[in-house]
Amino acid sequence: MTNIPLAYIARNLTARKLTTLLTAGGMALVVYVFATVLMLAAGLTETLVATGSPDNVMVIRRGSQTEVQSGVDRQSAAIVESLPDIATGADGKKLISKEPVVLINLPKRDSGKPSNVVIRGATPAGLELRPQVRIVQGRMFQPGTSEIVAGKSIAGGFRGAALGETLRFAQRDWTVVGVFDAGRTGFNSEIWGDAEQLLQSFRRVSFSSAMFKLADPGRFDAVKAEIENDPRLQLEAKRETKFYADQSEALSKFISYLGVTISVIFSIGAIIGAMITMYASVASRTNEIGTLRALGFSRAAILVAFLGEALLLGLTGGLVGLVGAAFMQAFSISTMNFQTFAEIAFSFTLTPDIVLASLAFSLIMGFVGGFLPAARAARMKIVDALRAA
Amino acid sequence: MFVPFLVVKNALRHKLRTSLTVVGIIVAITAFGLLRTIVEAWYAGAEGSSSARLVTRNAISLTFALPLNYAQKIHQVPGVAAVSWANWFGGVYIKEGNFFPQFAVEPSFLDLYPEFVLKPEEKKAWMVDRKGAVAGRKLADQYGWKVGDQIPLRGTIFPGTWTFNLRAIYDGADAKVDETQFYFHWDYLNEVIKAKYPRRGDQIGMYFIEIRDPSQAAQISQDVDATFKNSLAETLTETEKAFQLGFIAMTEAILLAVQAVSFVVIIIIMAVMANTMAMTARERYGEYATMKALGFANGFVALLIFAESIGIALVGGALGILLTFPLAAAFAAALGTLFPVFFVSRETVLMQILAALVVGIVAACIPAWRAARVRIVDGLRATA
Repeated sequence: MTNIPLAYIARNLTARKLTTLLTAGGMALVVYVFATVLMLAAGLTETLVATGSPDNVMVIRRGSQTEVQSGVDRQSAAIVESLPDIATGADGKKLISKEPVVLINLPKRDSGKPSNVVIRGATPAGLELRPQVRIVQGRMFQPGTSEIVAGKSIAGGFRGAALGETLRFAQRDWTVVGVFDAGRTGFNSEIWGDAEQLLQSFRRVSFSSAMFKLADPGRFDAVKAEIENDPRLQLEAKRETKFYADQSEALSKFISYLGVTISVIFSIGAIIGAMITMYASVASRTNEIGTLRALGFSRAAILVAFLGEALLLGLTGGLVGLVGAAFMQAFSISTMNFQTFAEIAFSFTLTPDIVLASLAFSLIMGFVGGFLPAARAARMKIVDALRAA
Repeated sequence: MFVPFLVVKNALRHKLRTSLTVVGIIVAITAFGLLRTIVEAWYAGAEGSSSARLVTRNAISLTFALPLNYAQKIHQVPGVAAVSWANWFGGVYIKEGNFFPQFAVEPSFLDLYPEFVLKPEEKKAWMVDRKGAVAGRKLADQYGWKVGDQIPLRGTIFPGTWTFNLRAIYDGADAKVDETQFYFHWDYLNEVIKAKYPRRGDQIGMYFIEIRDPSQAAQISQDVDATFKNSLAETLTETEKAFQLGFIAMTEAILLAVQAVSFVVIIIIMAVMANTMAMTARERYGEYATMKALGFANGFVALLIFAESIGIALVGGALGILLTFPLAAAFAAALGTLFPVFFVSRETVLMQILAALVVGIVAACIPAWRAARVRIVDGLRATA
């Protein structure tokens, strides 16, 4: 079978520029929505997955899904600390961080609307367990004082949280002495202070979680069983990576389901646009189709040619939409995660999977839109087509 | 009579193209209406709240509790008619996906909410059963609960599995009332928790205050907060509406995205419609030239294109609006208790009509401009 040259197919798209522009533009918008939504869900998952480290174990009260809901009293924390599987740091102390985590209400810098921000009581071991945290402005807080450091997203996004400003909560004024950057992790949306100071001022007697590093990461299952089967403890242990990944589940599922549903509905509009364009393209070239058939091109070749034109149209729209979506990577979004009830900032992240899915989506739109018109073109009788002039 | 006749004839000339365009508009207008309904459903909790109710919570954040003895002190603030309280329970029913709001309430709480309609005998049955619970109609329907059923909840904040006896089902006084809530006795929760964790007893998540004069809300809120200033548990009091809007503001970024996206579908369909009109006009340049040669003005030719475009858009829009209602109902049934209040409002319908109109007008602009500008000689030559 001889194929119709690709140049012929491509030139048809440039013959009527306005029509091509409008049809591909509609598809580009659909792909843009599709890609940005998936990028948002991917950004959230990536942020929370990157927050944890696979060697670290998070211990919270059984049944509580987040650190804020959990409570680990000092006695239980001490029992956990006595486990032999905990790694030791350079100073010979065990690498376990017992942290209080609370939510406070802070007004956003631009709108003044309040949102919940995580305050974490940090410890020296906790800092060692999270090597990705770096101070980018000012310095680290002094233990035993009312000094705090704010994550990058919080310092910029909330009133009173920038370097040198003060926040008032729990009957004290807290001075922000530093801003930290924790890479692309959820810690950027937290405020850190001295654990004992925070416990005291919030009148808490128990920690929220205990987090430790395993000396041998392969022993996780044994350690988990030991903690969960200890009759003195009402605790559960999870790998830190899984703990944070679980927290992104509901919101990222919600975003991607909503987004994909919306894109699929929107794509109907774009597919209809492609169909109209392709039917018109077939109708205006009835003569040419007749000529091609008379020259010996088969029905299949005609079908392929028109389908190719529709696919090319879809691909053009897909690429334009994807380029537009790629620019969204410069932006980040900050919203409340329903699972933790706390603010989290994350950015649009373009992954190779999303690029492939978007291009596939645009080709599917082109195919569905172009199939019926292409079939009509292929079914034409040579004599009728030539006479149609 | 001549113009409408001509417009209809023109529109029906390419039946396939016109019907495809109409289908496209139906899809777009329906999607637009549904997205707007979702956004409105998000705000529904705040819309349905009363201005005569205040909510007092810990100033640090909702996750901090207030002492029980604040009830007496709040009662003494001038202008306060009644005080009740509730704790967020946050339990899991069977599996984690089954989310609905659960509160442990002091019994007079329901008196503060006259919009929750209970049968008197059911209410009495709930009052006397220490482990009794009240559920909204929509919630009960979702899980097939009947009065008398036992409902187990696994606590996330309050450890253990808690089993409640469903004693009453409430109905909303109107469509805006949230029928997905679940209430049980605060006394029961407090007793069990106090026995297990003495430090966690006698703690209140939120106080609900009924005030005599809604216009005094701001003053009373200030007075309540002043009472507890510089205490271990400072309070933040606001109207129920502000309280609800505070929650919505936290998820505003998502809401804004949904709103933005709802306009994108209109732009997409605008492109499709503009394409249709561009093709239509291009095919008829010869006719337009003929009409102009016969003495019709440029404006008349443009008017024909505008009328056809707006006509098609409005037909699609009308069908789309009609389709929105059954789809929204199906959507509400499928989502169950995720959105407590879900119905298509009049504003949404007006926005849909407006959107269809704008699509029709914008789509006709370029083709009408081109057709009006076409020179008679060129146009006549095009047909030749």
